[in-house]
Amino acid sequence: MYSFEPSEEQKMLIDAISRYSTSDLRPAAHDAEENKELPPKLISKGWELGVLQASIPEAYGGFGERSAVTGVLAAEAMAYGDLAGALAVGTPGLFALPILLSGSEEQKKQYLPPVIEADWRGYTAALLEPSFDFDPNDLKTTATTDGNDYILKGEKTFVPFATSAEAMIVFAKLDGATKGFIVLKGAAGLKIGAEREKFMGLNALPFFKVTLDGVKVPKANLLEGDFAPVLAAMRVSIAAMAIGVARAAFEYSRDYAKEREVFGVKVAQKQAIAFMLAEMATEIEAIRLLTWEAAWVIDANKEDASKQAYLSLTGAVDMAMMVTDRAVQILGGHGYIREHPVELWMRNGRGIATFTGLAMV
Amino acid sequence: MIEFEIPEKIAGICTVIKSVADNMMRPVSRYFDEHEHEIPWDYITFMQTATRAMGGSSMAPSEKREGPRLGFQRLAFMVEMLSWGDAGIYLDTPGGMLGSAAVSATGTPEQKERFLARFKNETPTFDAMCMTEPQCGSDTSAIRTTAVLDKDESQWILNGEKIFVTAGHKAMVDSKGFIVIWATIDPKAGRAGMRPFVVEAGTPGCQVTKLEHKLGIRASDTVSIVLQDCRIPFDNILGSPEVVTDKATTGFKGAMATFDATRPIVAAQAIGLARAALELLKEMLTEKGITIRYGLPRQKLTSIEKDVIDMEVMLRSAWLLVIEAVWMMDNGKPNSLESSMCKVRAGDVVNKITQKAVEIMGPLGYSREHLLEKWFRDAKISDIYEGTGQINRLVVARQILGYRSSELR
Repeated sequence: MYSFEPSEEQKMLIDAISRYSTSDLRPAAHDAEENKELPPKLISKGWELGVLQASIPEAYGGFGERSAVTGVLAAEAMAYGDLAGALAVGTPGLFALPILLSGSEEQKKQYLPPVIEADWRGYTAALLEPSFDFDPNDLKTTATTDGNDYILKGEKTFVPFATSAEAMIVFAKLDGATKGFIVLKGAAGLKIGAEREKFMGLNALPFFKVTLDGVKVPKANLLEGDFAPVLAAMRVSIAAMAIGVARAAFEYSRDYAKEREVFGVKVAQKQAIAFMLAEMATEIEAIRLLTWEAAWVIDANKEDASKQAYLSLTGAVDMAMMVTDRAVQILGGHGYIREHPVELWMRNGRGIATFTGLAMV
Repeated sequence: MIEFEIPEKIAGICTVIKSVADNMMRPVSRYFDEHEHEIPWDYITFMQTATRAMGGSSMAPSEKREGPRLGFQRLAFMVEMLSWGDAGIYLDTPGGMLGSAAVSATGTPEQKERFLARFKNETPTFDAMCMTEPQCGSDTSAIRTTAVLDKDESQWILNGEKIFVTAGHKAMVDSKGFIVIWATIDPKAGRAGMRPFVVEAGTPGCQVTKLEHKLGIRASDTVSIVLQDCRIPFDNILGSPEVVTDKATTGFKGAMATFDATRPIVAAQAIGLARAALELLKEMLTEKGITIRYGLPRQKLTSIEKDVIDMEVMLRSAWLLVIEAVWMMDNGKPNSLESSMCKVRAGDVVNKITQKAVEIMGPLGYSREHLLEKWFRDAKISDIYEGTGQINRLVVARQILGYRSSELR
């Protein structure tokens, strides 16, 4: 059967997240970006909503079952408030979910409870690499066998909270395939950039370059499972966040156009603007459904999950850019001023093409 | 619960229709494209027999309610597959189509029985919907066809001209079908005066005057219909008797309610055609040794791969919008917004995909030896009829902005 209606439980979760993202994340977003810092209390309040905790089974310290559909619903609602805030709240998921999806029973028992049962702590992951044609399935960071250990070599970028991280998943190429490795704080050869990375957006988040200079990890720290489900989950997560960002930009520019006068009518009463808004709304809904379907396919364990997730993110990349660009355009000169949030959303919108690996919900 | 599983019953029907498309439509696609105004009776007769054998009287969703309602979802999937076979021949499918949709949306139970029963007959029967006039298309409130009540005879007298009537010839000349005429009972009242009337085949004063020659969907007839003192019974006005005196815009709203139901179906037609083009394109590329490497970053893809991947994104997301809109119909949820959204998207997508497919295939795409060029021509209608892309954008915009038509013209 088809159904486009979230379950009661999902609706309750979305409501709770929406309240937080509207009344907490959104009002803090501007200053967080400008001051390059998210208030820790803001992050812990988001953490207490329990989005990640609810997707980890009780046996590993959580109180629910993983559902990609619930994940994309949560991701959209969270990113609607602020993308940087949403990513920060969800960062421990970058560590926990690869273990849940591709780790062994022992790894889950050992590593998940400390993340899930505690307050928000810096657990993170390092996937992206500083090259223009970065390909998660063809990493330049390598893992080679050395007796009972693996040796990791390579360079990573975009690693959130790397300096304060208790542990991180480092993704590297082992025998031609991407695999995750659990790397603990202070591992020899793990070099974290001295300065924060500087990007066009997401300045509220501390990102670092991470160099793996022959980091030795015991064999027990390899996530043996397939990387494909991990990547699919990452892709639909960031696609869903793109939808949240786009919806924020759409609604803001729509409301602005209904207020602002031009030639004796409201801006929104001009077809040139009204049609732009109509297309934005249509595009958002189309890609939302594509992303929901991809998430549903993941949950249903269908074989084309990877392809569907890839297609939904491909769609989300273009949709987010189109919608956020138009939102700025509808505000005109005001859209270019940092007092309005639309320029920040446009910077975020352009980043969606790059952000795979920064979200896993 | 969010779910994306095709209901088993519908999947079964799709398999059957796929073989109809493969065997009864594709082999004659080119012939009927090149022999405009010839009628594909083999297909029509087959569909009539098959539908009767399967117990249905028409493609239109039935009123019966058993378990979860799937009527409009089923119809959307059927139309998508038939249109995948051939978008023009599909329009010749016998049984209730747009005219019946208007009857279903605005008629009384008695009228539904009276007008729709004919589709259970053995002979293929058609219907049509007449809105557009020579001087107005998208601006439906500007129609000039009049309906004047003759109280003594208890009849309506219709006068005017309707153009661009899809399947009008089949409804009125080739079968004992009917058309739904949108006319005004008060030309000064604008949309408040609009009412739908049923005119049955054989009614004196109603004549098919012109068969159009078109860019595409040539297997489907598009006609002009002239009404000259055409008298129909009083109760051929669709809806309860109060609609006659009601000063409100009930009639116009009826037209809009009809569109809520029919736009997703027209969108489904666009999707079927788009899927046909994309599948054929991929087959042709495969023959040339080109495979699409899904999963790669865009920086590593070839231009053709990017195009094909974008086409898949467009197609799938647009189809899901259609399914959402018909799912809302089936579940009694107001769907004006989603209905117009899916029409906007599907109209865009089918044009982009068929245009790109012709472009990528170069001379092969342009050649009449293959169907891509035909589908490119067929596609354009989806962005025009049942509300142009622009009118549907207007409908979407009004909905999302909360504007009345006077506020956003």
